[in-house]
Amino acid sequence: MSYRITGSTGEWEIVVGLEVHAQVVSEAKLFSGASAEYGGEPNTHVSLVDAGFPGMLPVLNQECVAQAVRTGLGLEAEINLFSRFDRKNYFYADLPTGYQISQFAHPIIGKGKVLVDLADGSTREIGVTRLHLEQDAGKSIHDQDPTRSFIDLNRAGVALMEIVSEPDIRSPEEAGAYLRKLRQILRYIGTCDGNMEEGSMRADVNVSVRKPGETEYRTRCEIKNVNSIRFVMMAIEVEAQRQIEVWEAGGTVDQETRLFDHVRSETRSLRSKEDAHDYRYFPDPDLLPLVIEQSWVDELKAALPELPEAKRARLEAEYGVSRYESSVLCVEQAIADFYETVARGADARLAANWMLGDFFAALNRTGRSIEDSPVSAEGLRELLGLISNSTINGKIAKEVLEDMVETGDSASAIVERKGLRQVTDTGAIESAIRDILAANTDKVEEYKSGKDKLFGFFVGQTMKAMKGKGNPALVNETLKKLLSE
Amino acid sequence: MSGIHDFTLASARDALKARKISAVELTNAHIDAIERLDGQLNSFITRTPDQAREGAKAADAALAKGEGGNLCGIPLGIKDLFCTNGVRTTAASKILGNFVPPYESTVTANLLKDGAVFLGKLNLDEFAMGSANLTSAFGPVENPWKRKDSEAKLVPGGSSGGSAAAVAAGLVLGATGTDTGGSIRQPAAFTGIAGIKPTYGRCSRFGTIAFASSLDQAGPMARNLQDCAILLESMAGFDPRDSTSVDTPVPNYEAALKRGVKGLRVGIPKEYHVDGMHAEIEALWQQGMTWLRDAGAEIVEVSLPHTKYGLPTYYIAALAEASSNLARYDGVRFGERVSAPSLDGLYEASRAAGFGEEVKRRILIGTHVLSSGYYDAYYLRAQKVRTLIQQDFLKAFENVDVLLTPTAPSGAFAQDEKPTDPVQMYLNDVFTVPASMAGVPALSVPAGLDARGVPLGLQLIGKFFDEETLIAAGHAIEQAAAFHHRPTLHAGVSA
Repeated sequence: MSYRITGSTGEWEIVVGLEVHAQVVSEAKLFSGASAEYGGEPNTHVSLVDAGFPGMLPVLNQECVAQAVRTGLGLEAEINLFSRFDRKNYFYADLPTGYQISQFAHPIIGKGKVLVDLADGSTREIGVTRLHLEQDAGKSIHDQDPTRSFIDLNRAGVALMEIVSEPDIRSPEEAGAYLRKLRQILRYIGTCDGNMEEGSMRADVNVSVRKPGETEYRTRCEIKNVNSIRFVMMAIEVEAQRQIEVWEAGGTVDQETRLFDHVRSETRSLRSKEDAHDYRYFPDPDLLPLVIEQSWVDELKAALPELPEAKRARLEAEYGVSRYESSVLCVEQAIADFYETVARGADARLAANWMLGDFFAALNRTGRSIEDSPVSAEGLRELLGLISNSTINGKIAKEVLEDMVETGDSASAIVERKGLRQVTDTGAIESAIRDILAANTDKVEEYKSGKDKLFGFFVGQTMKAMKGKGNPALVNETLKKLLSE
Repeated sequence: MSGIHDFTLASARDALKARKISAVELTNAHIDAIERLDGQLNSFITRTPDQAREGAKAADAALAKGEGGNLCGIPLGIKDLFCTNGVRTTAASKILGNFVPPYESTVTANLLKDGAVFLGKLNLDEFAMGSANLTSAFGPVENPWKRKDSEAKLVPGGSSGGSAAAVAAGLVLGATGTDTGGSIRQPAAFTGIAGIKPTYGRCSRFGTIAFASSLDQAGPMARNLQDCAILLESMAGFDPRDSTSVDTPVPNYEAALKRGVKGLRVGIPKEYHVDGMHAEIEALWQQGMTWLRDAGAEIVEVSLPHTKYGLPTYYIAALAEASSNLARYDGVRFGERVSAPSLDGLYEASRAAGFGEEVKRRILIGTHVLSSGYYDAYYLRAQKVRTLIQQDFLKAFENVDVLLTPTAPSGAFAQDEKPTDPVQMYLNDVFTVPASMAGVPALSVPAGLDARGVPLGLQLIGKFFDEETLIAAGHAIEQAAAFHHRPTLHAGVSA
């Protein structure tokens, strides 16, 4: 079903394009040797180049270029062997040179795409227009002094990838799915950590609305610097609503830059088109055009890790997991790796079941991530092995897993310590069943006179008597035999 | 007679190596000369005598051990556009205030590594923007030359006017200059000295305050081409900190002096016969052709059809870059900040107070040509014409080895004869700008005096990275011209 907003004049469709600024994972900044690490005391990760000292010159960091190319490959995009850096000129206190070095006319990456999965099980392709490299600016701090602002240049010059989508997004859900998928790809490739709280991923959101069936786009507004997926989805909704109200009141939407206020759940005008900067882009004469070799791109491609879509397809084929299971297992590379470690040498379907069920529940309960999971993949594999070889049954296994989480002991050690080994001795099972039947002669009669449902009661009673350790198959089999005597 | 101020850089180097003179002696003599003459010339913005004496002592110690680089103990002046570690660097502008760089430019670091002694920082047009050294925030530089019949103060040319005047007056044995559209060659011609603008990319721009990044190139200025060759060999070289620096070996430029010009094909670009060119300049040019022909070269007329577009496209391309390069001087980090209630107000007030009139004019022009709606008509078109100008040279160089032209359309003019129309002032660069736009190397050598006794120069333009042929051809002119005149103001015995 298409997403529609109903206004007073009928239904409206929304049109959204996203510009994502993703901080490149690299040791050093885009054009200087200063550390690109997040945090640090203000102005401690700053070189003379970053601070715009006279006579300082930018020198391109090749690793940042490699990261952009890897990302382009992950987006199945055109890799431009010729690209160029331009200066985007504007004055601001946290921009020491008075210009940002960016790629305006000739970006390093051209058209690509992102496949997103929607809640109804459908898949959509969102086009990527381009990806270019640019420098981040510094940070202005306005709340430390009543009359003065302070500047922290730690971020100044850090490499960003600006990833621009086509206006292909048609709902807040699609925008959220696009951002999650993009973040997933970036994390897989290791080109951006995708940490939105630390600002390593931010989005500018372009929103317009139109009547279903209209072929032209109406005027859009750009909502700047939204820093969480949830806020992006909220901002789209409230901005679309605002524009619909403007149109329906007989007005026109003005092209402008807006800010999203999540507390008031509204967008506010930041500057109109008339106040827009004239950035006076021109090729940066301090840098030569960036020319890369196809052979280098091929090398980077060969060294790329398996990407989410490919990994899902492989897990489904190799381990027989479902489409849903593959999507959950591939959310993060670490989860997929964990799964594969468990699944190799265990029942792969059982492994998927356990990871999506009790294992994730245990992670949630303890607030731990896959990287610092209280149970190792090897430990979980051992536990599942105990189920497969009938040492314990599934119910006991849940108890063992809880113990593992708590104590860190191995599954087999817990089974031994607690004496949880499954009883497969038919004599012991038979004796337990006979005791139950003897104590419940009335129920036995009822069963024999046709109340089949009581079979479950006898199973439960037997397991209870055996403290859960009876082999379920043997218990069933023996019960059937004795009840038919 | 011969005294300490009769040394050339080369002869001083030889005397130092032979221990006929000490570096301290040589340096002290130059410090004395600066004290005697520079009150009038104003060629220095910052003098560093203590540092120079220390450098000279260290040089003597090295020389005593038979060590020391090719410039060991040689006193030089540094154009105040090169950042020098621990020494105030101004670009002749108020906007930098008392900026003391915590780093050394690559070019000056190379000179120091070879043992040079720095006497101080030399005056220039503010941010190297000017052709008469009249725009410096530290006052104009006076040309040490006088007209025969007049006491009028002449300009030394620009923007490397302080460098030119200091070399000509014998205050330094050599100096660094920078050339964006003629800023080494034109002042060299105005002061009767030699100067080389190397191929773009030959000398690192790291640590040199930028005017127009795609054009700026450091080069040597000295009494003769041998001295320039020695300096260039030290200044040049690949620098990974400048992405436009070219990784090609630095040859022995001094050795090129002996090559001669036999069989050399010298092109005479017909478009350089500009309207209204002074007859004396035309005559000097003819004389230059004769000298080279007599020395065994072949003179060939060539065409550089886009020459007439050189100046306007230069003033678009260079000023566009300058408007962006100078954006960092905003009152936030350097110089005097003029406070204002808003950030924009602070920028406006600080830049209004910090920049001089010519710099402001150029920032405005540069901003305009990059503006939305004008970019295509000005900046983009200028870039295209620039390519055509470069192709002119490449084509000409298929047929000839060097080009010979005048350096400037006139000799030095008087400070009070400064054209009131800034565009008239820009015409000084008409012969020097095209080589800058193409990025090819060029030099100026003194070739004679005009009727009023003021020096005139000839320009040679060469192929990319073929400074050696330029130096060989230039030396042939030097030998034929036998230019031994001295300016009125000179550290030694005046002519």
